[in-house]
Amino acid sequence: MDNYIFQGKDIVKKFGNYIALDNVNISVPKGSIFGLLGPNGAGKTTLMRIINQITAPDSGTLIFDGSKLERKHISKIGYLPEERGLYKKMKVGEQVLYLAQLKGMSYIDALNKSKYWFEKLNIINWWDKKIESLSKGMAQKIQFIVTVVHEPILLIFDEPFSGFDPINASIIRQEILELSKKGTTIIFSTHRMESVEEICNHIALINNSKTILQGSIQNIKEKYTKNDYEIMVKKGDLKNNESFTVKNKEKNKYLISIHQEEKYKSILSNILQENEIVAFNKKYPTVEEIFINAVKNE
Amino acid sequence: MNKIWLIIKREYLVRVRKKSFLVMTILGPLLLASIMIIPTYLANQNQEKRIIAISYENSDITNQLIDSEYINFSFVPKLEAENLKTDFFDSKFYALLECNNDTFFLTSNQQISINVKSEIESQLAKILEHHKLKEAGIDLKVLENAKTTIKLSTKIINEKGMSSNSKTEIIMGIGFVSGVLVYMFIFMYGTMVMRGVIEEKTNRVIEVIISSVKPFQLMIGKIFGVALVGLTQFILWIILTIIISSLAEVLFLNNNFNSDLNAQQSSVILSEISNINQYLNLEAIFFSFLFYFIVGYLMYSALFSSIGSAVDAEADTQQFILPITIPLIISFILIQPIMENPDGPLAFWMSMIPFTSPIIMMVRIPFGVNSWEIICSMIILIFSFIFFTWIASKIYRVGILMYGKKATFKDLYKWINYKE
Repeated sequence: MDNYIFQGKDIVKKFGNYIALDNVNISVPKGSIFGLLGPNGAGKTTLMRIINQITAPDSGTLIFDGSKLERKHISKIGYLPEERGLYKKMKVGEQVLYLAQLKGMSYIDALNKSKYWFEKLNIINWWDKKIESLSKGMAQKIQFIVTVVHEPILLIFDEPFSGFDPINASIIRQEILELSKKGTTIIFSTHRMESVEEICNHIALINNSKTILQGSIQNIKEKYTKNDYEIMVKKGDLKNNESFTVKNKEKNKYLISIHQEEKYKSILSNILQENEIVAFNKKYPTVEEIFINAVKNE
Repeated sequence: MNKIWLIIKREYLVRVRKKSFLVMTILGPLLLASIMIIPTYLANQNQEKRIIAISYENSDITNQLIDSEYINFSFVPKLEAENLKTDFFDSKFYALLECNNDTFFLTSNQQISINVKSEIESQLAKILEHHKLKEAGIDLKVLENAKTTIKLSTKIINEKGMSSNSKTEIIMGIGFVSGVLVYMFIFMYGTMVMRGVIEEKTNRVIEVIISSVKPFQLMIGKIFGVALVGLTQFILWIILTIIISSLAEVLFLNNNFNSDLNAQQSSVILSEISNINQYLNLEAIFFSFLFYFIVGYLMYSALFSSIGSAVDAEADTQQFILPITIPLIISFILIQPIMENPDGPLAFWMSMIPFTSPIIMMVRIPFGVNSWEIICSMIILIFSFIFFTWIASKIYRVGILMYGKKATFKDLYKWINYKE
């Protein structure tokens, strides 16, 4: 129980006749970087809003850090919504202080922490500028600070990298990884599978208002693997035979599908008799492939 | 509670620091003061005497014209009169009066002032009237004696049986001004709340904020923050208006006023003002003004904020705003008829209905309204405020997260029924 920062059981949320979440179960392990995946309209945003207590579910249990999710917990959660923005006419520093205090920080704490983050991201000279005078990417940095300034133990990012240029995106990614190392649990939803692959260690896949897949990336990949191996040989020519099929060929790099998993040793020795193997490794499906497969099979 | 306070503080400071607030605060009293001062000032400026030329020929009627404060009549030979028509500029005359049987002409090279025209008209009318009466054989002295003026002085008997002089004009003035002020306050600051809500929605800052506070806290904080802005502006207006008008009076008016008349007038006005307290309960009026001013605003601004939450842009507010503004506009239009019959059934019911009571009741109170009626109307208003704030907050919490789709009244009704 205590290994999870957030657990939702049988969450149901309806808007009129529309069912946004249909008995969704989700467990977010402490300290994990948790990717929340799913096509548009699957219910990801609704789920994130429920964790943030912006909306309440019609039924279901919500456990935060071992106890029932309550109003007081919002100071321990940081949320970067997909639809984000700041007061355009307000000065940057004032705005960060205001939003930090709304999260329950004292003025002094808020001031110290904001200054810390402004210095860390090297933007202390923006303190007295108005948001409307900043570029979109600059505003996103401020938005990031607003999300993390109150030192939450759970951070929720909805599409965190949209709107960032590659340089700033990598700065933010570094900050997220650093926070994760310090023990903050991070949930983030994104469509960009390569970033999931890069930084997530757990994922949940939501489709049509239901969770259809969840667990650690490694376990899920094991589950979805199809006895595909990548093999690189010195001289050419591997042909289909009774023990494997060649799926793809690129120069001397082959993708083969072994019919019976346990026979790979004998296959290898067979090949070795006539050829020299440079590389041989199991080919796991990418998250993207799993995602597309799982959604199709629904 | 602490968070609501933070929100109130932000909403207040952001608006008070705006340049437009400063401009409005200074312009408002200037405007008010100028409305009060300029007419008196202008009226006292026209002291220059005007000389009207009259051709000798028509002397049998025109010679009875008497010089007035600002008009002198001067007779000129016919030839000079004819010359005048072509050459006004070099002459000392303002206009030329001619008479042809019962038709009169006033010729000038410039637009003839309304004062001059009406003065001459009334003198001529009087002269002709006297002529006709004489011809009919009526003695003017008899007629003079028969003229009677009545001054009706009105009195009110209060509950203790004491009678006091009533001053209908002053009562109407107080009722009208406070009614209009309530109307303006609700309109200006109610829509200010609405714009604030729309701003948060279009900025997309809303979701960040309601991940920290409840939508209701945000709504209430905004409403009270703007209320404080309004009160601040109102108080500044009063202070500035007093300063500006007393300054202006010292600077412009005293030099020009006929000092005797002025002293006399102002002493009359002063005694009137000191007498107001005898027939008007000023404290009660002031208290009820504050009450209707604030609670009326609170109820309306809750409704305005729910409208703001339901739309994506200010341009879309029209369809929702209309049902809210209609009762306001109706009460504004009815101020005049209500003042003529402040105790009629229309006045009674409109001061019970919470949408119209803030304005209509304020118009009526200076005339004297039964205390049970006032208490009843206040209680209804308080409960409506609570009720509509509750309804509005239900629309608000759903509306602020809705983008893209244009909401209808049916949608709003659905949102009210959503569970949290």
